[in-house]
Amino acid sequence: MTLSLSANESEALYLSLSVAARSLLLSLPFAILLAWVLTRRQFLGRTILDALVHLPLVLPPVVVGYVLLLLFGTRGPIGSWLLRGFGVELIFTRNGAALATAVMSFPLMVRAMRISLENVDRGLEDAARTLGAGALDRFATITLPLMLPGVLAGAITAFSAALGEFGAVITFVSNIPGETRTLPLALYAALQTPGGDHAAARLAVISIALGFAGLLLSEWFARRVRGWLGR
Amino acid sequence: MLQVAATKRLGAFTLDARFELPTPGVVALFGRSGCGKSTLINVIAGLLDADSGRVALDDVVLLDTGQHIDVPPERRRIGYVFQESRLFPHFDVAGNLRYAARRAGSPRFVGFDLVVDLLDLKLLMKRRAHQLSGGERQRVAIGRALLSQPRLLLLDEPLASLDTSRREEVLPYLEILRDQLAIPMVYVSHNFDEVLRLATHLVLMECGSTTAQGGIGEMSLNPGVRAIIGAEAVGAIVEGTVLGTDVASGLTRVGVGGGELKVPAAAAAAGAKLRVQLLARDLIVATREPQHLSVRNILTGVVTAVTGDEGDADLIAIDIGGTIIMARVTRAATRELKLTAGLRVWALVKAVSLRSHFTRVPR
Repeated sequence: MTLSLSANESEALYLSLSVAARSLLLSLPFAILLAWVLTRRQFLGRTILDALVHLPLVLPPVVVGYVLLLLFGTRGPIGSWLLRGFGVELIFTRNGAALATAVMSFPLMVRAMRISLENVDRGLEDAARTLGAGALDRFATITLPLMLPGVLAGAITAFSAALGEFGAVITFVSNIPGETRTLPLALYAALQTPGGDHAAARLAVISIALGFAGLLLSEWFARRVRGWLGR
Repeated sequence: MLQVAATKRLGAFTLDARFELPTPGVVALFGRSGCGKSTLINVIAGLLDADSGRVALDDVVLLDTGQHIDVPPERRRIGYVFQESRLFPHFDVAGNLRYAARRAGSPRFVGFDLVVDLLDLKLLMKRRAHQLSGGERQRVAIGRALLSQPRLLLLDEPLASLDTSRREEVLPYLEILRDQLAIPMVYVSHNFDEVLRLATHLVLMECGSTTAQGGIGEMSLNPGVRAIIGAEAVGAIVEGTVLGTDVASGLTRVGVGGGELKVPAAAAAAGAKLRVQLLARDLIVATREPQHLSVRNILTGVVTAVTGDEGDADLIAIDIGGTIIMARVTRAATRELKLTAGLRVWALVKAVSLRSHFTRVPR
């Protein structure tokens, strides 16, 4: 067993990281916005919106992939609009994989941010207000920095979940080498191949190492941020 | 002139307040905890919506529910010093001060360096809130509020979370602000010592309503105020002018009403304004001119009222030439001396029992 990665392995690893990063970039602004809306705003239908955000957590991932297929497929209402208007195709692409992982990891991200936002002292926002800070100013300079531990925790959890997302991805964008075959999909493919045990074991080790590094990194980040916030 | 009127229902609690303050001046909102003082200043700041109300400072209307005027807090230019300081934990002291300075409106009447100087913040600039003592935190919070160039400063029990010795780390600075910046202040407190040192006016709040208001001297005799501060602390607060130093005793001679008091006070030039508290329990009343006594201070006057006080005591109000002072005597003494309104009396008080504070009372 060699320590260097094979071409297929590094491709799967790179794809996993690339899909997870895209998924993070896609969902982060929406997650912050939704966390804020769900924590700070009272409006009709708030409970329904809350349930909708959390739905991927309780649904079989295959169902999520299937619904995405219906909505974002080339004949789906959103998919056809994206294709005609912007030339963006999601199905069978890594951007599609990013969308599927984003939807799956979204509730985890929103949850972490909400907990953090609930702990932000609104008195500090009031203080900023009396000092002349308008709503956007207050959010950017007080609320967001103070909820940063939650944003980071949410982002790291979501990124890790995105690396491992399987069901929704394979349902929505299939298992295409070099395009949508991320680590878990490659592992699944290896297991389906006669004599692929060795390859599967190596991919599993890579996944474990990746997850472990992620956890350590997140702990280090959290400590830095807490120090910066003076806690 | 600051004009405030507000009503607000919060569950079973009803706020119904109204007061006026000549500016510049310092008005103390005084009352027991839970009587609506903080609710009222949150309405003034705009952080709490009133059911109906009006807030106007000179000719600027900040709130008038009748005319649908409601300037949002971020544009009211009202500085607010909170009880718990509320410094931003992710900025150091300099960052907190700059946060206010960057968002300040014009005209700018107080500069960054002046604030740092006045409040002695120079050595704290690089520290975070959690590295400051309670008193230091409040000084920074005061500086931050000032740097937003406010036209009015609200202080919500800024010393309540500090112990007595820490209060002295902040109180002198507040006196400096009052005297040097002439910025109108609304000072919420249930501590009469702070009120005595800082306020020019007092608004009494009871159960959500403003029940009495006036100058600090007049209000020191108010029955509602007396009920809160307790019999031991009751006493007239009189404004006096330094006449000079009594060479023999080293005491400062202060003209009060039509008479003169000798007070232990820091040396001051003649003409300086001084506020003296004459505790009612420290005053002795005589119906003939006393002689051969060690007492340094003898004021003559006429009894204006005798009111029953708690215990077996009466409060005797005495006019000493346009200024009212108050003595607490036993009911037996009232009977024996036949103390009634119109009687000429001498009031005696030991110099050592007098407490005085320099003020520059705005006219």
